Amino acid sequence: MSDPMRIRAAERDGVVNVKVLMSHEMETGQRKDAAGKIVPAHFISKITATHQGKTVLSAQWGPAVSKNPFLEFNFKGGKKGDKVVVTWEDNKGETRTDETTIN
Amino acid sequence: MQHTRRKVLKSGGGAGVLALLFAAGIVRPAKGLAQSGNAFSMKTVPDAMRALGAQNAAASAGILIKAPEIAENGAVVPIAVESRLAGTESITLLIEKNPNPLAASFNIPAGTEPNVSTRVKIGESSDVYALVKAEGKYFMAKKEIKITLGGCGG
Amino acid sequence: MMIRRRMAAAVLAAGAALGALAQSSPEAEIAKYREALAAGNPADLWEARGEALWKQKRGPKNASFEACDLGKGPGVVKGAYAELPRHFADADRVMDLETRLAHCMVTLQGFRYEDATKRVFGAGTNRSDFESLAAWITAESRGVTMNVALGHAKEHEAYQLGEKMFYFRGGPHDFACATCHGESGKRIRLQDLPNLTEKAGAQLAYTTWPAYRVSQGELRTFQWRLNDCFRQQRFPDLKFASDASIALTTFLARNANGAAFNAPAIKR
Repeated sequence: MSDPMRIRAAERDGVVNVKVLMSHEMETGQRKDAAGKIVPAHFISKITATHQGKTVLSAQWGPAVSKNPFLEFNFKGGKKGDKVVVTWEDNKGETRTDETTIN
Repeated sequence: MQHTRRKVLKSGGGAGVLALLFAAGIVRPAKGLAQSGNAFSMKTVPDAMRALGAQNAAASAGILIKAPEIAENGAVVPIAVESRLAGTESITLLIEKNPNPLAASFNIPAGTEPNVSTRVKIGESSDVYALVKAEGKYFMAKKEIKITLGGCGG
Repeated sequence: MMIRRRMAAAVLAAGAALGALAQSSPEAEIAKYREALAAGNPADLWEARGEALWKQKRGPKNASFEACDLGKGPGVVKGAYAELPRHFADADRVMDLETRLAHCMVTLQGFRYEDATKRVFGAGTNRSDFESLAAWITAESRGVTMNVALGHAKEHEAYQLGEKMFYFRGGPHDFACATCHGESGKRIRLQDLPNLTEKAGAQLAYTTWPAYRVSQGELRTFQWRLNDCFRQQRFPDLKFASDASIALTTFLARNANGAAFNAPAIKR
């Protein structure tokens, strides 16, 4: 079970600024552990952010995105009180969805 | 699986054949590589760009890469890319000196500002490329980021 | 090998950066780097875990931390970190935050000390409860003025021992804390070193721990900071929650009095 994302969405002058912090190891698959064994690649590979069912951002990532990834973007048309939903999926097929209310 | 895909690509199949094979379920992309085909596994910027169909990307001053010139640690390098090109559909980041340069690709739907910010791992001082797809064509900009290591190495 | 290659790269980078041009100095670029990092601090993830842990009933006694006294009364978390380390009558000992948390794990939750302190510094998915708890508890002191009192005789003793330790030279390199932190304007490669013998340096340094250390990919506490300094000086291992670690913390925390606490921060 993964940790919840921290999502902040703030609306100003019709533009919603979204900041997302995700909890994920983002292992590249190149690191060796203390015993000298390769730690297998484990990273978020797909992201989708929606507002009222409409995709406002989607992304494809490789393991070069930093551990505990940070993402920030802006979209028009959201109002205070609306929800923004973010989903990630990783290369092992694990997925996580969290949401926040625009303030 | 990787072997099969490479064989197909080498045999001059190109996007068309690959698409057919995907559809037939004969070649299945590993999770996480679906969207950009093999681009994430490419080991050089030109190869990755070719895999994305961006090999003819023209340099553009309308792409702004906002990142510090020096990062205290390569594990977390904050990079923001803003595109001023009309009809921006996607923004893609490549890090030249990384083992696999393609780091991240963002799709920008209508209504979303062509301006994204994230953090990437950069193994050593390197050029960072920002590719923008606008109105069906690719454009690019690059910026050098120096990676240093502070303190006693911890 | 790794270190030499990285050092070479760092030196080259520093040289190139310095030689580059008049527009922007390495210091200015690094300041930009730090500012960009501040926009999103993964420490938030630890804070969320810490808050949940504080309230979670667990251990042989199935108790939460909500009756744990951090110095301002049972369960009072707001502002508590700004007054630590302090003497606790029930243990008759000066304790820093982590030591006090271990105490509550044993006395309130019924854990054996060895079990409670099995993992004090986390690594990836092997998390440390101390780091999560510290993230949240210290966040509850954000903005609070540092106010470490030395009223009790043992608090006074701890400060004096800590001061002695700060200047004590030892280990194979004959280093003291003061070797790196006793003068202004020093740096190791491109890392500027705070002068802990001056008020401003002492305040800035202490009030920005715990911190998400980018190079560690983890939220690190002050116990970790001291432990890692000892490692880098090639000193013997600084034992977690030892009197020595608490003494040094008391010295450094007290010297930061008067400054607004501002952590969890994010650092390289």
